[in-house]
Amino acid sequence: MTSASEHLDPALRVEALASLLIERGLLDEATIETFVKTYEQSVGPMNGAKVVAKAWTDPEYRTRLLADGTAAIGEVGFKGPQGEHIVVVENTPAVHHVVVCTLCSCYPWPVLGLPPAWYKDPAYRSRVVREPRQVLREFGLDLGDGVEIRVHDSSSEVRYMVLPERPVGTEDYSEAELAALVTRDAMVGVAQAAAP
Amino acid sequence: MSHPGGRADASYLLDSAGPAAPPRDNGELVFAAPWESQAFGVALALHDAGRIDWEDFRRSLIREIGDWEAAHPSGEGWNYYECWLRSLERLVSGTGLVADDDLRARRAELATRPAGHDHRYDHEE
Repeated sequence: MTSASEHLDPALRVEALASLLIERGLLDEATIETFVKTYEQSVGPMNGAKVVAKAWTDPEYRTRLLADGTAAIGEVGFKGPQGEHIVVVENTPAVHHVVVCTLCSCYPWPVLGLPPAWYKDPAYRSRVVREPRQVLREFGLDLGDGVEIRVHDSSSEVRYMVLPERPVGTEDYSEAELAALVTRDAMVGVAQAAAP
Repeated sequence: MSHPGGRADASYLLDSAGPAAPPRDNGELVFAAPWESQAFGVALALHDAGRIDWEDFRRSLIREIGDWEAAHPSGEGWNYYECWLRSLERLVSGTGLVADDDLRARRAELATRPAGHDHRYDHEE
């Protein structure tokens, strides 16, 4: 690719690429559209929230989830690309987990959908490793000095998801009510599950 | 970092309060422009059709991002899908699916369309 091409309108470049691939029968437009729609509308953090709520209410499921994330998440029906090797790490009062992909943007799509812009940002990717406590503070999460922070680097081999702590005062909540408290940020580890 | 908090958008918390809330209500659009979603869809569809190896694509993407970061120490002008598109173009030409020359010719052809007829993806919702 010449460097000149990089200054061309990306919309035009995508159209050129897609139109050639479609004309040659290497791709069809409907498949492209299906993938886009799926990830825009159907796959997202609500999937992960269901998994978390189930783990909070079903101790045996929680054990399976922590032992083999991909299999336990598959039980609930969430499978697909970038979900082959999901490892779930559990927050406790003493240890807080936070996830990054330092090399690119590896992320557990089946449970969280596509990553938000800040997750792909070079600043987040480098800073959360160097100064996690400060970065979490910027997200509004001020952890006490007594809490150990563990940063996990997702890759194509292992994609991490955080199992947040169940908020206090939710003993009587149903699974659906609990799921509504679980945010994307809590499952990446830059926030805690919302208090009721 | 330019967006220190994903929670900067309160709409995310509000709109995600129901278990059926779609991911686009997370307060942040998944794609910032239609071409980004097209570039995303083309890569997944090529992989689905067995035309590209996802690990090859990922490696190519890592290299693009690394090159971009080395060339832009300030981080100014960052666009993730620009890197995505460049690695896709490289992979497609590198594997011989579409020759570089053909890609250049098609771009030139599309660029000469009269106003109002170009960038059809920009007109989609």
